[in-house]
Amino acid sequence: MNAFDIAIVGAGPAGLAAARAAARSGKSVAVIDDNPEAGGQIWRGAAQIPLAAGARLFAMTRVFDVRPGFEVHTAPHGVIRAERLILATGARELFLPFPGWTEAGVAGAGALQTLVKSGMDVRGRRVLVAGSGPLLVAVAASLRAKGARVLGVAEQAPLGRIVPFLLRYAAKLPQATALRARLFGVPYWTGVWPVSFAAGRVALSNGRELDVDFLACGFGLVPNSEAAQLLGCRVEDGFVVVDSRQETTVRGVYCAGEPTGIGGLEKALEEGERAGAAATGQAVRPGRTGAFVRDLARAFALDGRLYGLARPETLICRCEEVPLAELAMHREWREAKLQTRCGMGACQGRICGPVAARLFGWTACSVRPPLVPVAAEWLATGQRQQEPGSDR
Amino acid sequence: MTATPDVLVVGAGIVGAACAWELARTGARVEVVDQGIPGGGATAAGMGHLVVLDDDPLSSLSLELWRALAAELPKGAEYWNCGTLWIAANAEELAAGRRKPGVEMLDEKQLYEAEPELRPGLAGGALAKGDAVVYAPVVTQWLLGQAGVQVRREAVRDVGELRAGAVICATGALTQKLLPELPVQPRKGHLAITDRYAGKVRHQLVELGYMQSAHGQANESVAFNVQPRPTGQLLIGSSRQYAVETAGIDAHMLERMLQRAFGFLPFLRECSVIRTWTGFRASTPDKLPLIGRLRDNLYMATGHEGLGVTTSLGTAKLLAAEILGRPAPIPAEPYRPERFHA
Repeated sequence: MNAFDIAIVGAGPAGLAAARAAARSGKSVAVIDDNPEAGGQIWRGAAQIPLAAGARLFAMTRVFDVRPGFEVHTAPHGVIRAERLILATGARELFLPFPGWTEAGVAGAGALQTLVKSGMDVRGRRVLVAGSGPLLVAVAASLRAKGARVLGVAEQAPLGRIVPFLLRYAAKLPQATALRARLFGVPYWTGVWPVSFAAGRVALSNGRELDVDFLACGFGLVPNSEAAQLLGCRVEDGFVVVDSRQETTVRGVYCAGEPTGIGGLEKALEEGERAGAAATGQAVRPGRTGAFVRDLARAFALDGRLYGLARPETLICRCEEVPLAELAMHREWREAKLQTRCGMGACQGRICGPVAARLFGWTACSVRPPLVPVAAEWLATGQRQQEPGSDR
Repeated sequence: MTATPDVLVVGAGIVGAACAWELARTGARVEVVDQGIPGGGATAAGMGHLVVLDDDPLSSLSLELWRALAAELPKGAEYWNCGTLWIAANAEELAAGRRKPGVEMLDEKQLYEAEPELRPGLAGGALAKGDAVVYAPVVTQWLLGQAGVQVRREAVRDVGELRAGAVICATGALTQKLLPELPVQPRKGHLAITDRYAGKVRHQLVELGYMQSAHGQANESVAFNVQPRPTGQLLIGSSRQYAVETAGIDAHMLERMLQRAFGFLPFLRECSVIRTWTGFRASTPDKLPLIGRLRDNLYMATGHEGLGVTTSLGTAKLLAAEILGRPAPIPAEPYRPERFHA
């Protein structure tokens, strides 16, 4: 039996900051993450906050259910119990469909960065980074550092919205200066986005066409709020509602980082610290990043024309191969799912759900366990008797 | 709404859709009303297993109708004549299997040839080759389309206020919300679906002990019932619960149901489950549906418990015959709603 005072789901910046704060209290802390090492999407194996002494990391551990009490159901460590729960579940990339977006050569910007960090060779490969948000610049920089020929960064937001944002937050974005320096010589186009991709050729909205080996796309981030929803926490517009101490509407459940509002590293660290302190009864410092979240969302708000790129035959659901035309016949998400099987495949609508929400204004269905696909035996036993096979 | 329709169907599940379709084919002007999306209730929650049960003329009639319709169904209906393999754990169950109508008996060796993944030590099976599976939400939409019906999206609070030549209540587990005097109880079920494992299971597999569980009155029960989808995904069932109104997953039932399935198909332990859900069957005290006139111009087509998809076509045939004053295709007496209505 694994029992702790505090269980933290997610070992990214918010989770690690929460662990550090919680561990100061001397309480027992578990940090659970499905990656091999702590660090999350941003640090990925190179965490800049060490795991707090006394905190235990459950790495390569998938959380498929969370229940009141609290019980975190995991594979392969079974049930991890805790008095308080901190959800630091991060965000995932938003993909928007355009003709050719499912072809080989098109990748998620973050996904490509991850592949490269884990050893994929991109030396000399031509890459166009496209989409929206500060992460594009970070991805371009890291690909360039690994020897890729970054042909450019296509940011859909217009220059007029980005400049005031950068001016206001230049001091807050120390990494931005360094990134710009590393990207010296790489064009940064604003108000531009990919309109189609075929056989290695990207057509951009400004009429330019480029031949690439990779088109790395990311149109912003979608909060991972499913675990919070499963616990019954209030979620508004996809974001988990928290009070000034990061506590959700469910007592004893705290949330930190991107699920409460997309705000990047500094916000994640600040909220993690606060959640860890609050969950262990320590004094909590007030937050300072609220305006940043709002201004970031405004500066990089998606141009409505991006939602009109897909053609009738463009796939929206990759798992079940459902094209736009089939979805457009329906009035709501559940009906579309039942009739077309959209969102019913292996990813369970994690990718196409946010797309459908933006293209059609549909709201997602309720969340049920398993949060991620999991071997049936884990669902069948609250606590396993024996260790599973070595393949998991 | 302009003129009063000949027939107004309350409930756009597969039973209501089949009734609308059957009556529209006779030239009746049909309307359908539902508070939710067509085929979004038990129709979507169930497995879509088309199965002939012992001594049940309604299911036999319905399977004939399904076979006749199969060629017309759209591709998305995923009609698949995979057959039902009833599994006998012991000699006693094997004897029960022999009593099933039209089955081919499999001995132990033939059973494992048919389904190699079954656990060792089973006695044999009874193969019903005429049974099939279908994806019911698409069939429902297709039936409504064929009937030329656009479902009106609204809640009905009082059936007495509805104006039509005939009103058909195809309200499933929600029947008591409109007609509290009828003994139609919601009976909750759970299902799980896996990722794709093509070829591992070839028939709809059901334990012969299933009927005991399905027709028993125990508050909670589970039975082994696994269906291969044409995609290679596996539907894992089944559970039954009375007196539960919340739609959330009941972990203890899901666990029992999965354990039961592992007991027959051990490889399922390793299969990745991608989704679980629940639904509510409409169950009656004698396990037979309510089909026919209740009073005045009010007709019932509900209470099908786990057989609504199977018997939707037969139900529609039987009810249409009564409404139109035509000869019944099978004896209608066992299904008459008045049996519960002194």
